[in-house]
Amino acid sequence: MRGGPDITRAAHGRKLPEPARLQTAPARDYVGGVDATLSRSPQPVRNLHRFANPGRFLRISGRLLPPLAVAAAILTAAGFAWGLFFAPADWQQGDSVRIMYVHVPAAWLASSGYVALAVCSVLSLVWRHPLADLAAVEIGPVGAGFAALCLATGSLWGKPTWGAWWVWDARLTSMLVLFFLYLGHVALVRAFDDPQRGYRAGAILALVGVVDLPIIKFSVDWWNTLHQPSTITLTGAPSMYVGMLWPLLICALGFTLGFAAIVTARLRAAVMERRIRALLMARARESG
Amino acid sequence: MTRFLSLLSRELRLSIRHGSDTLAALLFFLLAAALFPLAIGPAPETLGRLAPGIIWVCALLAALLPLDRLFGAELEDGSLDQLLLCGLPPAAVALAKAAGHWLTTGLPLLLAAAPLAIMLRMPEDGIPALLAGLLPGTAILSLLGSAGAAIVLGARRGGVLLPLLVLPLAAPVLIFGVGAADAATGGLSPRPHLLLLAALLAAALPLCPLAAGAALRHAAE
Repeated sequence: MRGGPDITRAAHGRKLPEPARLQTAPARDYVGGVDATLSRSPQPVRNLHRFANPGRFLRISGRLLPPLAVAAAILTAAGFAWGLFFAPADWQQGDSVRIMYVHVPAAWLASSGYVALAVCSVLSLVWRHPLADLAAVEIGPVGAGFAALCLATGSLWGKPTWGAWWVWDARLTSMLVLFFLYLGHVALVRAFDDPQRGYRAGAILALVGVVDLPIIKFSVDWWNTLHQPSTITLTGAPSMYVGMLWPLLICALGFTLGFAAIVTARLRAAVMERRIRALLMARARESG
Repeated sequence: MTRFLSLLSRELRLSIRHGSDTLAALLFFLLAAALFPLAIGPAPETLGRLAPGIIWVCALLAALLPLDRLFGAELEDGSLDQLLLCGLPPAAVALAKAAGHWLTTGLPLLLAAAPLAIMLRMPEDGIPALLAGLLPGTAILSLLGSAGAAIVLGARRGGVLLPLLVLPLAAPVLIFGVGAADAATGGLSPRPHLLLLAALLAAALPLCPLAAGAALRHAAE
């Protein structure tokens, strides 16, 4: 690892660092093999940059990924089994309510995935965190997948209950906009020849798109929509039978862990891909 | 302020000297809107109901047309670096560009919308509300569009990406703009919709130039 080509090098060779960055993190911190100096420093920004070391990230995530993936699979399977076979059917909607156990967690994950994308974008723009750059790139397609899952299951749920596959309702429209924002981000970060430019442009776009999140959240309160208002809130008691709430929460936890596992796996792959490319470049330079 | 105004007057001079570029967006607006009576039939009641939507969608698409070149020419010949070095913050450069875009595209679209609405047989009660909605609406589109144009600056297929990024964000403008015109046609007050549009403008006015300025700085690196 020490002195080996890694993503921090790519970030280092980019441009002259600003004075502010020089104060918070000396340039040598970016060259790798800095565990000793950094682990002792108490500053939060330095702690942030500890994980910029790709070797450290690969070690930690390699240990974390298998239990994460296994827990996600077990929880999701248990939640589905409980929700699909044991939880009671709705007195009005019948068995079609069971789509909820996929639809609601997917919707939560699509929205919180965008929050994660926005946080990564802030880290990327403000601290030029190389791992946050890659994380933002990798969260995009996963979040788009969950948004698509939410829209597809919502459409399947809408047909038996509302009588239509799709309604131009505020909640549905704002979710569709979120899906397009994800797709725009995915297309944008990959559209530049210089990956650094793609990271910055994608980060700015992700932050502009954050305005859609409160619109999704409050669309059911602001407009008189066909989509039902929130059943589960942080402040009040849920207006939902507990026998349905538990499998839903287990599914949501399973989906969350699954989202984290997929993003971690993709991020590991991206870091290793970077490393291979850097090694190949170095070899080509030596032989040529 | 003088620098801002001189940058704005430079934009206007450039657009006057390349008059065909400015006219192209306007021509697109009129042509695209003229296709609808041919496609859905000239029945006045159908056309009149659809007219606000047709005009808004066509204005949205027409406003996107010149965005591709908003910063492109400056990036290619290097004058973007000079603009950023002229002493104005990048956000002010972006704001001047957005203002230039609105004066050369948004305002002509607004002026052309009234005769177009009459041609599409829109009920006369709705036309003032339509224009009152287009006034802040086109300004928001210019601001959003300048942010989008700055973000895709230097991307491959930037021209294709730009609508993909800007159109989802422009959806609320469209909803409230058409809502205002429809409310007025239906005998209701368009005021709430217009106030919401004004609120969107008030939010976009400081935020979009900030985003565009940040993107410009990264593009010029």
